[in-house]
Amino acid sequence: MAIKKEDVEHVAKLARIKISDEEKEKFTEDLGKILNYVEELNAAPTEGVIPVAQISNLENIARDDTITESLPNEKVLENAPEKDGKFIKVKKVFE
Amino acid sequence: MTIKEASEKLKSGEINSVELTEQYLDKIRELNPKINAYITVLDDIAMKMAKASDKRRKNGEVLSEIDGIPIAIKDNMAMDGTKTTAGSKILENFISPYDATVISKLKNAGAVILGKTNMDEFAMGSSTETSYFGPTKNPADIERVPGGSSGGSAAAVAADMCVAAIGSDTGGSIRQPASLCGVVGFKPTYGMVSRYGLFAMASSLDQIGPMTKNSEDAEILFNIIAGYDEKDSTSVNQKSEIRNQKNIRIGVPKEYFAEGLDPEVKKIIEQAIESYKKLGAEIKEISLPNQKYALSTYYILMPVEVASNLARFDGIKYGYRAGAENLIDTYFNTRAEGFGEEAKRRIMLGTYASSAGYVDQYYNKAQKVRALIKKDFDEAFKEIDFIMGPVSPTTAFKIGEKTDDPLTMYLSDIYTISVNLAGLPAISIPAGKIDKLPVGLHIIGPQFSDNNIIELARQQDGIQGASIS
Repeated sequence: MAIKKEDVEHVAKLARIKISDEEKEKFTEDLGKILNYVEELNAAPTEGVIPVAQISNLENIARDDTITESLPNEKVLENAPEKDGKFIKVKKVFE
Repeated sequence: MTIKEASEKLKSGEINSVELTEQYLDKIRELNPKINAYITVLDDIAMKMAKASDKRRKNGEVLSEIDGIPIAIKDNMAMDGTKTTAGSKILENFISPYDATVISKLKNAGAVILGKTNMDEFAMGSSTETSYFGPTKNPADIERVPGGSSGGSAAAVAADMCVAAIGSDTGGSIRQPASLCGVVGFKPTYGMVSRYGLFAMASSLDQIGPMTKNSEDAEILFNIIAGYDEKDSTSVNQKSEIRNQKNIRIGVPKEYFAEGLDPEVKKIIEQAIESYKKLGAEIKEISLPNQKYALSTYYILMPVEVASNLARFDGIKYGYRAGAENLIDTYFNTRAEGFGEEAKRRIMLGTYASSAGYVDQYYNKAQKVRALIKKDFDEAFKEIDFIMGPVSPTTAFKIGEKTDDPLTMYLSDIYTISVNLAGLPAISIPAGKIDKLPVGLHIIGPQFSDNNIIELARQQDGIQGASIS
């Protein structure tokens, strides 16, 4: 297999997703199959090819650093799972 | 009813927008329990928009050809004050605080927005089965999938639960459901339609486009939603070129007719291409040698972008938050409970393929192959004007048939994915049926040939059941 159960555990940790033992088995199998499939890319003739991250031919799109109107606080806070006045409430950051 | 038909009825006074909108809301109430095309129906908002449209018409202030016409929107586009779920539990109760540019443009054109359509979770799927809100059914056969991820929009158009709809396409998500439901689905050139307010899946591939009952309607909607937008840094300030459509040369890639293509689908596609020959086109076999790597390239690049884009869903500022003892477990639990299986699979795959030690082997390699795939198209378009082939290797499959094996599901997009990797415009138009199941013809053009593709597609409007009312 292209990927081991320990790799899946590590990746889930990096991605901040808690996974069950059952999911570990399933994802090890699924990701293994997909990674085996994409192995075919090794045969692609990419010597000297410059990698592309996007294909729009645009580069370095910048805007002036000016202050513009942003969304109103109250409106944005309406979607907060927990809040306290003007603040979003979260668990303690420092113990 | 098509946009053209509805707009003529509104113009002649045969019907007003309130009546038309009521008619569609009734239709949704009747059919949605069976088809599940809509996640949210915006009854009150739609009626308000319809009333405002009728008032404008009375005052001689009609805004556009779609003023007063009921349209559906895929539920991954933000609409101020309404729910936008992206088909996910993690956004089940999320209310958008602003309008996506596409929504602003539709509102400015006077459209009536009926509701938000069902989709695979965060647009990740080819069948609408990964939606937290249950699968959408194909109106042609409710035991089958409508395709995905814009399956709700496709089914809503096919079942006439809206006049037209908007979808989004990252690897085929407009064209494949259009093909499977027998409607027209157009994916514009990357950058032609602003992505501002579209919930990002894979930013370098995502593009918004129309899903309609014929190609004429696709052109009307495309012309309204396209255009440069400074809020999207990948938006291009360029108009689609209109070129002379005489003596066109159509390339048929031999790779699109190789193993894996259903023989009956193949027959219909060959007949459809042949019909263009009768219209005077020159048909030529071509080769896209790196097409065979498209699926693998996509299943590296897309998940890497997904892993990055979906990192924002952490239960802090908005969306679902799971109970936890401490901050780090808030993240772990929220994402475990909030995301479905396919979303998790792609986040983990993307995290792996871009992690230290593997980034060269996977991500950087795939970026190089992407360049090769684009080059294949660039070379091909020196010899020919358009490419034609199938959209999907098969007709609509049964619900549940491919959910156990992700790779089998991924193969549904084998012909559509390379178009996104190269940023090209492409359309799916109805080409025929096998029993009662629709088959779509794929027309691909060079960058910025958007209006030309639609013009070419329009030659099929009204032929081979290519038009539904």
